[in-house]
Amino acid sequence: MFDLDLWREIFQSINKNKTRALLSGFTVAFAIMLFTILFGIANGLENTFEKFFVNTAENAITIRSGTTSKPYKGLQIGRLIRFDNKDLEFLNKEFGDELEYITPKLSRSYQLKYKNKKGQYTITGISPDHQYLEKAVIIKGRFINQKDVQNKDKVIAIGRLVEQDLFVKESALGKYIDLEGVVYKVVGVFSDNGGDSQERAIYTAYTTIQRLYLANDEISSITIGYNPKINTDQAFVLVQEITTKLKNRYDVAPNDQRAIRIGTQILQGKKRLENMTTGLGILIPIIGFGTLIAGILGISNIMIFIVKERTKEIGIRKALGASPRSIVSIILIESIIITAFAGYVGLLLGVGFLEAIGSSIERYWITNPSVSVSILYTATIVLVIAGAIAGFLPAKKASKIKPIIALRNG
Amino acid sequence: MLEIRELHKSYPIGGSSLHVLKGINLSVKDGEMVAIMGSSGSGKSTLLNIIGMLDEADSGEYILDDLPIKDLTEKKAAVYRNKFLGFIFQSFNLINYKTALENVALPLYYQGVNRKERQQQAMFHLGKVGLTDWAKHLPKELSGGQNQRVAIARALAANPKLLLADEPTGALDTKTSYEIMEFIQQLNDEGKTILMVTHEEDIANMCKRIVRLRDGVIMEDKKVTQVRAEHYV
Repeated sequence: MFDLDLWREIFQSINKNKTRALLSGFTVAFAIMLFTILFGIANGLENTFEKFFVNTAENAITIRSGTTSKPYKGLQIGRLIRFDNKDLEFLNKEFGDELEYITPKLSRSYQLKYKNKKGQYTITGISPDHQYLEKAVIIKGRFINQKDVQNKDKVIAIGRLVEQDLFVKESALGKYIDLEGVVYKVVGVFSDNGGDSQERAIYTAYTTIQRLYLANDEISSITIGYNPKINTDQAFVLVQEITTKLKNRYDVAPNDQRAIRIGTQILQGKKRLENMTTGLGILIPIIGFGTLIAGILGISNIMIFIVKERTKEIGIRKALGASPRSIVSIILIESIIITAFAGYVGLLLGVGFLEAIGSSIERYWITNPSVSVSILYTATIVLVIAGAIAGFLPAKKASKIKPIIALRNG
Repeated sequence: MLEIRELHKSYPIGGSSLHVLKGINLSVKDGEMVAIMGSSGSGKSTLLNIIGMLDEADSGEYILDDLPIKDLTEKKAAVYRNKFLGFIFQSFNLINYKTALENVALPLYYQGVNRKERQQQAMFHLGKVGLTDWAKHLPKELSGGQNQRVAIARALAANPKLLLADEPTGALDTKTSYEIMEFIQQLNDEGKTILMVTHEEDIANMCKRIVRLRDGVIMEDKKVTQVRAEHYV
C-alpha cells in the first residue's frame, strides 16, 4: 500500500531535521566509501599479481647450458656443454608425465626483406609447443606445427607488428620473405600480450634453423612447462631432479652452478606471490567485514540516539491518536531512506575516488583498483537491513512507551 | 459523559510502591467545566492521565460516553484518544519542526482525513483561536500564548467529546492566562465538556465546578459561580 501522507510525513521529518539526517547519513556513507576504497585497493593488488604472469606461461622454466666451472671425473674446467635434440628426447622420456610442454630455442638475427621494405629481426627456431609458452594468439593462418619440424620446412609465423612494419596494408599470409638469401613462406600471423618485442618475433621450426645455419642438432636453450596440476613446491622438486639428471648426463659436478643452469627465479617469485595472494585472500574479507561491522555499529548508535531524541514527539503523536504501528513505520522508513541514500552516495564517492586515483598508483603495486558492482550492492543492502534492524528495536520500544512518560521527559 | 468508580493507582518506587489514587469516585456530565485542584503529589495529574488514557488504573471502573475503558490494547487506546479526547498541555507539546497549521492538522491525519480536508479544517480551527495569519509559522516563532492557542486549536481539530487540560496556563503570565481561559470558556459555552488540572485558585474559579484532591482522595467537590475571564482581559 502506498500511503502518500506517510511519505510526506517522513520527508518532512528528514527535511526539517537535517542535522540528524546528515549525521546518520554521514556514518553510512563513510562506511560504504571506506568499504569500496579498501576493497578496490585490495582488488588492485590482486590484479597486479595476475598481470605479472600474463606475458609468459606461469609454469615455464628455461634450462641453459654454459661452460663448466669445476673439474669433475677427471674432466677439465671450462668445458662447453651444448644441448642437442637427444636431450629433448631424454627429458621427454624421463619426465614426460610431469611436463606440459617442452620447446627448444635457437635464435638468429637477420635482415628481412619484403619488396622494398627492410628490417632487422630475430628469427627463433622453436617447436609447436612454443605457442602455449608465449600465449601467442593466432590471428591468421597457423603456428609452426609438427610437420614443419619433421620436414624442416622454410616456413615462418610472424608477429603482428612484423606484418604491420613490412607488409603495411597487405596481408602477409602466403607471401614470401627474404632472409639474407633464404626465402621463407609466411604461414601465420599471431598477436601476443607480452609487449611489442613479442609481437616483432618470427618463429620457424628449430630443425629448419639447424639444417640451414648450423649443420648439427645443437640447441641453445630448452624451455619446459611443468604440468600445471603440480603445485609450486612440487615444481621445485622437479627442477632439482631435472638438474641432477642433466648434470649426470654431461658429467658435470653436482655443485657446478654454471654448466647447466635452470632459472628458478620465476618459481621463487611465484611462491612469493602465492603467499601474498593467500594473505590477501584472508585480509580482504577481514577488511570488508570490519568496515561493515563498524558501519552497522555506527548506525545502531545513531538510531538509538534518534529514537531517544524523538521520544517526546512520539509521545505527542500517540496522545493525538497515532497507533504503535504508525510510530514504528515512520521511524523505520526514515532510517531506511537515509541509509539507502547515504549508502548510494558513499558508493559513488568510493567508486569516484578509485576512478580518480586509478592508474596513478600503479607503481605502488595497485593495478586498476575496482570493486564488482554485485559486492557493492550487497554491502549497501546489508547496511540498509542492518540500519532497519538497528532502527526497528528502539522504534518498537518507543512505540510501547506510555505517552505520559514520553511527554514528561523534556 | 464520564463515570469513575473506586479508582486506584500506585507507582512502584524502588522496592515499595506509592499509592497515588486511593479510590476516586467522580461523575461528569455533558457540558460541564471542571477544575481538579490539589497540591503537587495529590494525584491530580495522575487522575487526568488516566482519564486521558495516557495511563492505566490498577483497579476501578472508568466509563467514557457509555464505553468501559478497560484493558485497552495500544491500538485501541490510540483510536479512542483520537476520537474522544483533546489534550492541552502545560508545555504545549507542539511538534517543533511543524508549522502551526501542520500541528493542528495532525490529529486529523491520524483520523485518516484526506490532505485537502485536513488543511481546511485546521485553518478553520486556527481561525477560531485567531491565528490565521500565523498558520505558516513554527512554534519557536510564536509567543507562549500563541503556542497554547495553537495547542487548543489542535485539541479541537479532532472534534473531541472531552477536552483535557493539564495546567494549561502554568507556563503563561497572568494576562495571557486569562486570554487562554477566555478561549476555553467560549468552548465550554459552545457545549464542550472540559476537565482541567490547575493549582491556581483564580483559574479554578473560572470553571463551573471544583474538585479538590489531597493524598489521593477527593476532599471536596462543589459547584462554583463561574468568573468570566473576559472581565480581566
